[in-house]
Amino acid sequence: MRHLISVLIENESGALSRVAGLFSARGYNIESLTVAPTEDPSLSRMTIITTGSDDVIEQITKQLNKLIETVKVVDLSEAPHLERELMLLKVRATGKDREEMKRMADIFRARIVDVTDTTYVIELTGNQGKLDAFIQAIDPALILETVRSGVCGIGRGERVLRV
Amino acid sequence: MLLTGAEIVVQCLQRENVKYVFGYPGGAVLHIYDAFFQQDEIRHVLVRHEQAAVHAADGYARASGEVGVALVTSGPGATNAVTGIATAYCDSIPVVILSGQVPTAMIGQDAFQEVDTVGITRPCVKHNFLVKDVAELADTLKKAFHIARTGRPGPVLVDIPKDVSAAKYEFHYPETVSMRSYNPVVKGHQGQIRKAVKALREAERPILYAGGGVILANAADELTALARRLGAPVTTTLMALGAYPASDPQFLGMPGMHGTYEANLALHHADVVLSVGARFDDRVIGSPEHFASEPRTIIHIDIDPSSIGKRVKADLPIVGDVRHVLADFLRILDEEGVTAPSEALAPWWERIEQWRARRCLAYEQPAEGPIKPQYVIETLWKVTKGEAIVTSDVGQHQMWAAQYYRFDHPRRWLNSGGLGTMGVGLPYAMGARFARPDAPVVCVTGEASIQMCIQELSTCKQFRLPLKIVNLNNGYLGMVRQWQQLFHGGRYSESYMDSLPDFAALARAYGHVGIRVDHPSELEPALERAFTEHANELVFLDVLVDPRENVYPMIQGGKGLTEMILSADGL
Ligand SMILES: Cc1ncc(C[n+]2csc(CCOP(=O)(O)OP(=O)(O)O)c2C)c(N)n1
Ligand SMILES: [Mg+2]
Repeated sequence: MRHLISVLIENESGALSRVAGLFSARGYNIESLTVAPTEDPSLSRMTIITTGSDDVIEQITKQLNKLIETVKVVDLSEAPHLERELMLLKVRATGKDREEMKRMADIFRARIVDVTDTTYVIELTGNQGKLDAFIQAIDPALILETVRSGVCGIGRGERVLRV
Repeated sequence: MLLTGAEIVVQCLQRENVKYVFGYPGGAVLHIYDAFFQQDEIRHVLVRHEQAAVHAADGYARASGEVGVALVTSGPGATNAVTGIATAYCDSIPVVILSGQVPTAMIGQDAFQEVDTVGITRPCVKHNFLVKDVAELADTLKKAFHIARTGRPGPVLVDIPKDVSAAKYEFHYPETVSMRSYNPVVKGHQGQIRKAVKALREAERPILYAGGGVILANAADELTALARRLGAPVTTTLMALGAYPASDPQFLGMPGMHGTYEANLALHHADVVLSVGARFDDRVIGSPEHFASEPRTIIHIDIDPSSIGKRVKADLPIVGDVRHVLADFLRILDEEGVTAPSEALAPWWERIEQWRARRCLAYEQPAEGPIKPQYVIETLWKVTKGEAIVTSDVGQHQMWAAQYYRFDHPRRWLNSGGLGTMGVGLPYAMGARFARPDAPVVCVTGEASIQMCIQELSTCKQFRLPLKIVNLNNGYLGMVRQWQQLFHGGRYSESYMDSLPDFAALARAYGHVGIRVDHPSELEPALERAFTEHANELVFLDVLVDPRENVYPMIQGGKGLTEMILSADGL
C-alpha cells in the first residue's frame, strides 16, 4: 500500500541523510521525498511517499520516530488529506504544436511561465495522477525536459501537524 | 572562565564523572591530549589499537553501568574505531566516542587524515555530532552523554575539528538537557500493565523471557522478584545471562540456537510469554513463521517501540523502562494479594522437568584427554566460585562459556551478542577490570579471536591488569568448522588455524605469565595457581582442547525452536 508520511524534524545538517540512510539501510521503498524549512526555520518538514505492508509501514514510522532529531511523525494517508506536486515541463513549441500545447495547458489549468520562439516551460500543480495524465496527454516527442518536485501533503480540516 | 575547546572537553568529562578515557592520540586530537596532560582527575588508558579503545570503553560500560568513553584521532583513528562502535550499537551499550577531525576550514578538501567520520558512523551510532563551533561544544557533549545513557542506550560520537579544540570560549556546563525531539518513555501504560498481569495470572504455561534490556535497565532484582512471585520458569538470552540466578531451579538456561532443550521447548509451548527487554532475535527464535505456529499470548515490554512487533506480533505491547514496568507488575500483584506462586503451574513444571531430564548439556571428560572445552568452563566456574566477571570472544568458546559458566549476577558476563565481533574479549576484560578493580576478570577466548586484539597484552602490562585469559585452543575457527561439518559436507574451507604462535611464550614476551595446559589433570591446578600464586599478574592459560568438539544443542539457522540437534548422535 502507498503511504504518505509527514515528518517534522530539526532543521540540522545531516538530518536528511539520516532519513535517507534509514530507508536504504533497512530496505524500505522511497518513492519521493521532499523537504524544506517550515515557518519556524529551526524545523524542517518532510513528506515521504513510500509503499509497504502494514507491518513495514509500522516499522517505518517507528524507525523515523527513533531518530534523535525527529520531532513528530504522522501517516497522513490514514485520514483525509491533500497532496500536491509541482512539475515544470519544457516542450518544443513550434508551428501548429504551439497552439496545441497552449490548449492542453489550459485544459489542465497549467501555466506557461517561459516562452521562446521554439519552446515553452509549462508549470503544473496537482496530485501525482494529474501530473501523470498531463504527460500522457501530450506528444512525447515534444517533451524536452521534465522536473517534478515530489509530493507534499497536508491533513484536511482541523488535523494539524505542529510542535 | 575562558577555556580552549580541549579544556572544555576535559571539564565536561569531569562533570560527567568520567574516570577513564580509553584512547590513542594523533594530530587532530593533540590539543585534547595536551589538556589531558595538564589534569589528573581523569585517567587516560593508552590502548594499542583504536578498535580496542572503543571495546574497552564498551566493556567498562557493560561492567559498571556507566557511560564508557573513547578518544581517537581523525581518519584512520576513526575508521579503526568503527568496529567497536558498531559492536556497542548492536548491544545498545552507552559509549561516548570523541574523534578528532581536520580543521573546519579544511573539511571537504581531502585533507590529510580526513574522513567523513559522521557519515561513516551514522548507521552504527545512536546519534552523532560534528561540532563546528566551540560555542556549541559543552552543550553537545552534555547531549551526547544524555542520549547515550537514556532511552535505549547506545554509542554517541562527537567529531571535534582541530580548530574547535584550539578555539577559546566561555565555559559553562548545562545542568540539564531539554530536547523537544528526544523524550524517551519511562513509565509503561498502566492499563496495558494491568492486562498483562491478568494474562500472567491466568496463564497455565507462562514463561519469562528476559533479554539484554533487563541488564541495561538494572532490573535483575525486579525480574527475579516477579519470577519468584509467579513461580514461572525463566529463560534469559545470551545478553541477559545473570539477570536471573542461573543456580535457581526456576532458571531454564538460555534459549535459541545453542539454547537448552528445556528453554526452547518451554518458550515454544508456553501459553503466555512475557518478553522483557528482549527482541525475538533470529538467533533466539529462528524462524518467526515456525514460532508463530503455536498459539500464545505475547506480552512485550521494551523501551524501544521499534523492537516491539518487528519480528513477532505482540498481543500486549508495553513501551517503557523495564525496571519501572516490572516494579508496576509487582505493585499490582501486591494490591491483588498475590504473594506466592500458584499451584496451578504444577502440570507445566512437570512437563518442563521431563525436558530438563534430557540433560542436554551433559558431556564426558575422558580421564586421559582430550580436554573437553565444557570441562574447562565448569572447572573455571568451580575455581572462581562462580563469582568472576567473564568476557568472551566469538565462536564455540563463547557458547560454552554461556552454557557452562552459571551466572548468578548481572554485569558479570560480557560478550558481543548482536554484532558477534571476534576480538572483543581482551579489551572487554580490560574495561571490566577498570570498572571493577576488586573483581576477578577472566577472558574466555579462542586461538583465532584472541589474535584479533592480542596487541592489548601490552596495554595490560602497562596498566598492571591481572586478567586471566583462558584460551580454548582447538586449532580451528571452531564455529566455522562446526557449520562446515554439519552443513557443508565436511569441507573445511579455510577454517584450520595453521602456524599458531606458542601463546604461553607470547604472553611471556609481553611480560606476563604464560601456561600451556594439555592434560585434563593439569587444568584445575593451573587455574588455581592463576588466581593464587599469580593473583596479581596477567596469566595466559593456553588450553589445548578437543579440536572436534561441537556446541550442542543446536538449531540450524532459520529452523524452529523444536528442531534441535541434541548431540552428534542426532545428526
Ligand atoms: C571479526 C569477525 N570475523 C569473522 C567472524 C566469523 N566467525 C565467527 S566464529 C569464528 C571462529 C572463531 O574461532 P576461535 O576464536 O578460535 O573460536 P572457536 O569457535 O574455535 O571457539 C569466525 C571466524 C566473526 N564473528 N568476527
Ligand atoms: Mg578455535
